[in-house]
Amino acid sequence: MPKDSGIGASSKRREDVRFLTGRGRYTADIQLHGQTYAAFARSIHAHARIVSIDTSAAEAMEGVLAVFTGADFAAVGGNPAGWLIQSRNGEAMKEPKRPVLAHGKVRHVGDAYAAVIAETPEIARSAVEALDVVFEELPAIVDMAAAVADSTNRVHDEISDNICYDWGWIEDNRAAVDAAFKAAPHVTSLKLINNRLVPNAMEPRASIGVYDPGTEDYKLYTTSQNPHLTRLLIAAFVMGIPEHKLNVIAPDVGGGFGSKIYHYGEEALVLAASRRIGRPVKWVADRSESFLTDAHGRDHVTTIELATDKQGNFLALRTETLANVGAYLSNFATVTPTFLHGTLMAGPYKTPLVYVNVKTVFTNTAPVDAYRGAGRPEATYSIERVVDKMCRELGLDPVAVRRQNFIQPDQFPYQTPVGLVYDTGNYGATLDKLMTLGNVSGFESRRAKSAENGKLRGFGLSTWVEACGIAPSALVGALGARVGLYDAATVRVNPTGNISVMVGAHSHGQGHETVFAQIVADKLGIPEANIDIVHGDTSKIPFGMGSYGSRSLAVCGSAMDKALDKVIAKGKKIAAHMLEAAEGDIIFADGKFSVTGTDKAKTFGEIAFSAYVPHNYPLATLEPGLEETAFYDPANFTYPAGAYGCEVEIDPDTGRVEVVSFTCADDFGNVMNPMIVEGQVHGGVAQGIGQALLEGCTYDDNGQLLSGSYMDYTMPRADDLPMYTVDHSCITPCTHNPLGVKGCGEAGAIGSPPAVVNAVIDALQRGGHTRITHIDMPLTPSRVWAAINA
Amino acid sequence: MYNFDFVKPGNIADAAKALATDGAQALSGGQTLVPTMKQRLASPSVLVSLTGIPEMKGVCMADDGVSIGAATIHQTVATDAAKYYPALAKLAGGIGDPAVRNRGTLGGSLANNDPSACYPSAVLGSGATVHTNKRKIKADDYFQGMFTTALKDGEFITSVTFPVPQRAAYVKFDQPASRFALTAVFVAKYADGVRVAVTGAAENGVFRWTEAEAALTANFAASAIANLTVPSKGMISDLHGTSAYRANLVKVLTGRAVTAA
Repeated sequence: MPKDSGIGASSKRREDVRFLTGRGRYTADIQLHGQTYAAFARSIHAHARIVSIDTSAAEAMEGVLAVFTGADFAAVGGNPAGWLIQSRNGEAMKEPKRPVLAHGKVRHVGDAYAAVIAETPEIARSAVEALDVVFEELPAIVDMAAAVADSTNRVHDEISDNICYDWGWIEDNRAAVDAAFKAAPHVTSLKLINNRLVPNAMEPRASIGVYDPGTEDYKLYTTSQNPHLTRLLIAAFVMGIPEHKLNVIAPDVGGGFGSKIYHYGEEALVLAASRRIGRPVKWVADRSESFLTDAHGRDHVTTIELATDKQGNFLALRTETLANVGAYLSNFATVTPTFLHGTLMAGPYKTPLVYVNVKTVFTNTAPVDAYRGAGRPEATYSIERVVDKMCRELGLDPVAVRRQNFIQPDQFPYQTPVGLVYDTGNYGATLDKLMTLGNVSGFESRRAKSAENGKLRGFGLSTWVEACGIAPSALVGALGARVGLYDAATVRVNPTGNISVMVGAHSHGQGHETVFAQIVADKLGIPEANIDIVHGDTSKIPFGMGSYGSRSLAVCGSAMDKALDKVIAKGKKIAAHMLEAAEGDIIFADGKFSVTGTDKAKTFGEIAFSAYVPHNYPLATLEPGLEETAFYDPANFTYPAGAYGCEVEIDPDTGRVEVVSFTCADDFGNVMNPMIVEGQVHGGVAQGIGQALLEGCTYDDNGQLLSGSYMDYTMPRADDLPMYTVDHSCITPCTHNPLGVKGCGEAGAIGSPPAVVNAVIDALQRGGHTRITHIDMPLTPSRVWAAINA
Repeated sequence: MYNFDFVKPGNIADAAKALATDGAQALSGGQTLVPTMKQRLASPSVLVSLTGIPEMKGVCMADDGVSIGAATIHQTVATDAAKYYPALAKLAGGIGDPAVRNRGTLGGSLANNDPSACYPSAVLGSGATVHTNKRKIKADDYFQGMFTTALKDGEFITSVTFPVPQRAAYVKFDQPASRFALTAVFVAKYADGVRVAVTGAAENGVFRWTEAEAALTANFAASAIANLTVPSKGMISDLHGTSAYRANLVKVLTGRAVTAA
């Protein structure tokens, strides 16, 4: 019977009460006494030299309090890359300075080169229009191949080939991989584009900077997925504010999908402006600014080759990728196409030899960084597409081929040829589950029915594994990370027995407040209602790394679990004293500390009270109070995996693709709240179907963003999506974290795009269009129709 | 948005007077104008609302067809015109989303003449008459290219009269992002012939596909247009569809509209 509370229960999301009744408190909702407003002057050119900026007219306007340009920040630091990548030849990557405001040159449409602070948002905006700026336009560098080929036209003057790094993984394996290809009975090759995406969090970015001249303290309210990381970046790299004088608060945040991991210049600007004028300074992005300046996702051009024998056994795999980083390095732009992409190129398969080459390219476009899945969707898409193409070329069954190449359950832990060690998994089990749940054997009759209606029906498969809960610090440090990737939690038991848990993870829609409370409730045997989860404020929480990479539960949840262990251990000591028993005889279960083999017991509440009112307490050997903190640095990533099946119908006259069914069989390890897991999968698959069929961020040759609003950027809507069938009953618990959990936040977005595209190609092939072996995403009606009629 | 003055006259004469002032701009449902103003791409000094004039609202049956007030919202057309002209009601019920349909108006859509709007195809496909505060304009004379109409300065639409056909249908293929018509076709069969109006496809906005009209007048069946071709020259080409794709849609959707009518 399903539980009604604690671990494994589908507890209702407590945060939804405030979100759904309009009582959420987002950054834009916060109104401070004396608040002023910032507006940014943003480049309309993709690439131009700033000849001059005359701010006098703007400064003279009534209600204008300050005007900033790049010159004001020339002396402060740049926004750094969080990860240093080494090129194949041993050279360090190129890391051009990313200033708070563009100085000297603007490098993408939307690049901010000035800011105005005024009494109202309208005055600020009008003053921006009054700035007199002279640009000398330069040719825009948009296409990656052209950027690499033309050394005269440079995004950053000091970087001659526009390449950040040329990375090989694993370089020492390259010769062996090439040799395997030479000797291989069959080689399948595919060039594909992993389309650029705009994150489109429902809440635009917003920041309020507050400087208190009395204490010289700064406070920043901001839309962040990781307030401590933002504080660290601002303090240690950009502005030099002492860390203890800066409090970063990320209140309710309406979605991030990666785009709110990073520190952006607007955050530094509002702090500096507040310091100058002595009043709070607020900035809220409009939707156009979000399109132009939120870090975009994906944007890879890849050639992938798969060497096999004639039976479809994988012998070797190699890829060459150009990855767009845009005009500047966003904080994790360098790791996304490398260690979050290249290390995943084994997939769930025992391919013995793999080599990945990635050249990361600067262009005059918005910065590109991690977006839900971050590198792993790109890897999964490349692998699953080339596997399908190979099966078609050799006339093999794509289900059977995947099965025969899977890493087998008895091979775990499994050392892949691309660096990772998968701790556990059972890929055949999720594939079996998918075949049943999706009624794959009934496909042919459904196809026949579609054909009667003039529609082409196809089935597409994707079997995937991903690495999330990104860690451990020692490993990522060795690979170039400038930060550690542990997390932290403090469990504060209050005197009356209820509990506040301060966590380093940040919830911006995921439901941590519910799930983390379930775990505490389960472990301590107290009602969920007696537990509050506190997050998002650096003055309240321990130093944690925030939420991204599906890490919150596996890393921060594990830290919390360890802190709870400490609470229980201390509780046992207190109970032993109160019950006059040996500590070793105390057992804790169902919310009670009892002496084993007796009916002597104290409730958790009694122990908590005793800790804070220590009248009968072992003060000689034990401190009063009941509050414990734990930091947790995992031993490895976690490796969720699954099998996704998609069925589509194509209207051949219009090229319109309809996803008619989508089935997910996932292995997320132990599941804490099935309802929330299901919601995460739904959201991820919606974004994956969006990428496959709908979303295409497009710049023209001049670097103008053509898809700069919802009139032209297609967000998935409810009627674009089918009813999903989602299962997570195949469980191989993670072997190295105490909860046995894997991440589920990105899985849907990682596993789904190739299933959709494979289904479309399958439908076209079965419909007689055997020339069509690939169409680049998004598979819009126009593109599919053009392929049919080519 | 810049500051502006706002007036809401209660009759046509007052509206005409208000629109004669310098910098005045007519406002109906505001579904295009208001977002444009919010982006500071338009800055009228006076907005003259046309939605407070009773005689410009509502749907009724007149001698020469269904008469619809220019300030009638799409939602009202979707419900109140259904018994007179179902294809027109269905078109209105498919514009935008409920929020748009409860603000946007027939007159606003026609005055704007967005090349991807739904209503122009119904007006042209029905051979409707556009009534303004100054005159009557035949549909064939009204639409003069993308965002261009026969309306003169100070002139505004008061109502539109749609002759009711024997059979009609509107088939729209959504632009995936905006849900405007990527291409849509309105087909109407009258005693004296068939009219086929296409929106969303052409650079010059809504147009009549006269070859199809002739073929369908002779034989009102999808098969009648099977041998016709639509040239892609003059068709819109953008992120969402090439000109060749739109030309294809014109033919496919016309056939489907005939079948649905």
